[in-house]
Amino acid sequence: MQNKPKEPLIHMTRRKALPWQAAWGIRLVSILLALLLCAVITTLTTGLNPAAVYATMFSGAFGTARRTWILGKDIAILLCISLALTPAFRMRFWNLGGEGQILIGALATTACMIRLGSDFPNAVLIPVSIVCALGAGAVWALIPALCKARWNTNETLFTLMMNYVATQLVAYFVIVWEVPKGSGKIGIINQSTEAGWLPVIAGNRYLLNILCVAALTIVMYIYLNYSKQGYEISVVGESVATARYIGIKVGWTIVRTLMLSGAICGLTGFLLVAGTDHTLTTTIAGGQGFTAVMVAWLAKFNPLGMVLSSFLLVFLSRGAGEIATIYSLNQSYGDILTGIILFFIIGSEFFISYQLHFRRSGKNENAAAGSAQKDSVKAVSPQSADILPAKADGRKENPDTVPAEQGEEGAHNV
Amino acid sequence: MDNKATASADHGVAAVSLRGITKTFGTVVANDHVDLDIRKGEVLALLGENGSGKTTLMNMLSGIYYPDEGQIFINGEEVSIQSPKDAFRYGIGMIHQHFKLVDVFTATENIILGLEEKGRLDRAAASKRIREICNTYGFQVDPDKTIYEMSVSQKQTVEIVKALYRGADILILDEPTAVLTPQETDRLFAVLRNMRADGKAIIIITHKLHEVQALSDRVAVLRKGAYIGEMMTKDTNPQEMTNMMVGHAVTLNIDRPEPKDPKPRIEIKGLTVTSPDGILQLDHVYFDIRAGEILGVAGISGSGQKELLESIAGLQRVESGQILYVKDDGKKEDLVGKDPLEIQHMGVALSFVPEDRLGMGLVANMDLSDNMMLRSFRDGRSVFTDRKHPHDLAEKVVEELEVNTPNVSTPVRRLSGGNVQKVLVGREIASAPKVLLTAYAVRGLDINSSYTIYDLLNKQKEKGVAVVYVGEDLDVLLELADRIVVLCGGRVSGIVDGRTADKNEVGMLMTRLGGIDREKQEEVQDLAE
Repeated sequence: MQNKPKEPLIHMTRRKALPWQAAWGIRLVSILLALLLCAVITTLTTGLNPAAVYATMFSGAFGTARRTWILGKDIAILLCISLALTPAFRMRFWNLGGEGQILIGALATTACMIRLGSDFPNAVLIPVSIVCALGAGAVWALIPALCKARWNTNETLFTLMMNYVATQLVAYFVIVWEVPKGSGKIGIINQSTEAGWLPVIAGNRYLLNILCVAALTIVMYIYLNYSKQGYEISVVGESVATARYIGIKVGWTIVRTLMLSGAICGLTGFLLVAGTDHTLTTTIAGGQGFTAVMVAWLAKFNPLGMVLSSFLLVFLSRGAGEIATIYSLNQSYGDILTGIILFFIIGSEFFISYQLHFRRSGKNENAAAGSAQKDSVKAVSPQSADILPAKADGRKENPDTVPAEQGEEGAHNV
Repeated sequence: MDNKATASADHGVAAVSLRGITKTFGTVVANDHVDLDIRKGEVLALLGENGSGKTTLMNMLSGIYYPDEGQIFINGEEVSIQSPKDAFRYGIGMIHQHFKLVDVFTATENIILGLEEKGRLDRAAASKRIREICNTYGFQVDPDKTIYEMSVSQKQTVEIVKALYRGADILILDEPTAVLTPQETDRLFAVLRNMRADGKAIIIITHKLHEVQALSDRVAVLRKGAYIGEMMTKDTNPQEMTNMMVGHAVTLNIDRPEPKDPKPRIEIKGLTVTSPDGILQLDHVYFDIRAGEILGVAGISGSGQKELLESIAGLQRVESGQILYVKDDGKKEDLVGKDPLEIQHMGVALSFVPEDRLGMGLVANMDLSDNMMLRSFRDGRSVFTDRKHPHDLAEKVVEELEVNTPNVSTPVRRLSGGNVQKVLVGREIASAPKVLLTAYAVRGLDINSSYTIYDLLNKQKEKGVAVVYVGEDLDVLLELADRIVVLCGGRVSGIVDGRTADKNEVGMLMTRLGGIDREKQEEVQDLAE
């Protein structure tokens, strides 16, 4: 007993629920730390003044009225896709087919604009386009949903593969409709008549898109949190056995929810073609079907939170682009800074759920937790924040997934 | 009874000594300066109500938690256990309630998983050593069988062998019998006795006092995180142990009010169910369920209990036969072919507590009031859910059943097992059912909570509800149920009167292999009526 064994340097326990102020405090600190680290790296590697670099980033996003509108437009599209994915994600159906569903919606809109553009007035053409886009997106999501409901196929792979099919379909029709022949591009559709274009309101052509998505955000929030269908989605997501037991038709819920998810992706395709781009390319979705996955996760599937997370991602990407241009740095440089900031934000979630205890130097646990925050943010990998700590074997399972007797601890131990 | 002696003061050195162990979670003290000794060649039963800190204490021994304060001595030497790996190094093995096994691996692969042995991976040698361990202590398990093909009891055996393979001298078993049949329990106890004779120190956490008496040498009691005392098993009795656990005197009798005017509510005729892979689960089952009576269902686990209840609740595809629901006006309606929702609306409530307790009936991540809503969320025409009534119901259940929870907005996964079950049973009763089906309602519950559940069931019975109680504990079934249907291999092997039947008789019926043929079954049915 002379050589008393050492206590571990750090051990962690799950926290009780933090008050929201403290949670947001931690998030804020993590962003500040990220900015600090980015500043150090910028100075060391480029010799630029970090304050000037941040100012450039900011002006890249908000510098002029035009830039601010573009920021708003980009947020609207990204948010719209995230909203589309959310009902499926809440049901633990990993819809990675956003990209394809958008393309199909865009294709349907383009078809309406080209084939019907000269025959109908906008008052008829636009609603028809919307319905076609919604339907096309819904069908594209329905196919994997039916297979999941019927044969329990893997939705991740299935939706992912549907993306490629959609891309090829679009590529085919781009050739069919190319103007002029041989250019491999469709060009601006109905440029002279503006048939099927969304109207410009209050003098700004992005405003309508933004308002549509704002309304959709609120509707989706209410749908998921207060409607009976939203409740069914949550139950199916948490436990299929329980859902069956209380008489929810699980298969139908999957199909219905995915059609909703796909339809909103289709709507995004419509907004892209009829609202902003007025043309169709295979890259019209630009990978945002995947970026939206991150937006949704960052906001923990809360539509209101997604406003914030989509803002963050779009702001960072526009700012990063600006830095690259102004200081003639490589475009990747901006991506590095973006990566660091995201890393810290995701990492901060770990400190919201867990408390670190240091070897008995100071007994004040709050102080320990506070310094833990400062000292080891860097040490946390994004996985460990997301998927929980390395020693997850026992620690993670106990309070979290193991109910019952082991829930003894779980009961006090958030 | 006071146990302040130092580690070496008792006879010899204790295998494990805990001194002043304290563990807090946030503001809640789970263990408060606990002192405990575990000796070699001894079985120590650790008793306490749900939430008294038994599992937390043992988790600190097995390296899952690290104590805030206090010392742990192994064979008289102070140690610091920081991870499950450390625990193995000190010869401590814990068998958790929820097995930690990889389903698609064989027993051998699971056992050697994570061992950093030098050289080539030699499965054959490992499997040979496993067989040796099995032979030494009398385990029955095939090392080359994959986990998903195993029964619960075999999986548990693999967990124990895993601990022994790693050289464990100190074995902790957390409610090992909660999921075992009486026969499997006997087999487990025989193995544990062999291990005790071999000089191992064994700690067993259980709520079943007759098991404590059958197996343990010494009993230690925790209450609300604090160490209350210990005694030799032979010097104590269930009444004393219960009083120590609860903190005041409790009575250990189950009421059985006389059924008032029992009349048939559900008539089961020739019910036959086969599993998707073609195995006969229920074979021409005949019996009836009566209003105002508790019908016990006894049987070795997997004799068709689950299929029986699920068939009634509409969750099971029925091969043939009828389940006739007798309405108040005497008209009969067949439940077979109806969907779960229709059956629910007819007044059939099912509270099935599965082996993992949360898997069916509750949503772990939702709070109490959202879980109450599972039954009622469809009510009304609005597209929006009504949250006020479920919230009020949750408040009511918490108050009436003394559910231990900070508030009704707490996710149920944070409640202890007993409280989870009270929430489930409370909700099913609140739907004012005509038929209340319960399975394993007291699985893993401490005595006090179990009696609360028995009282609840009796109240329902007195209200004229037809109660079906599927249980594992024959003593309880014989004290609680008015009639007992005994299932064996998917057939009804007998229907007995709970007041006159004795345990041996029911035990014989449970193991009557192959059951009795159908004509006899109908005869039994007639006799019972």
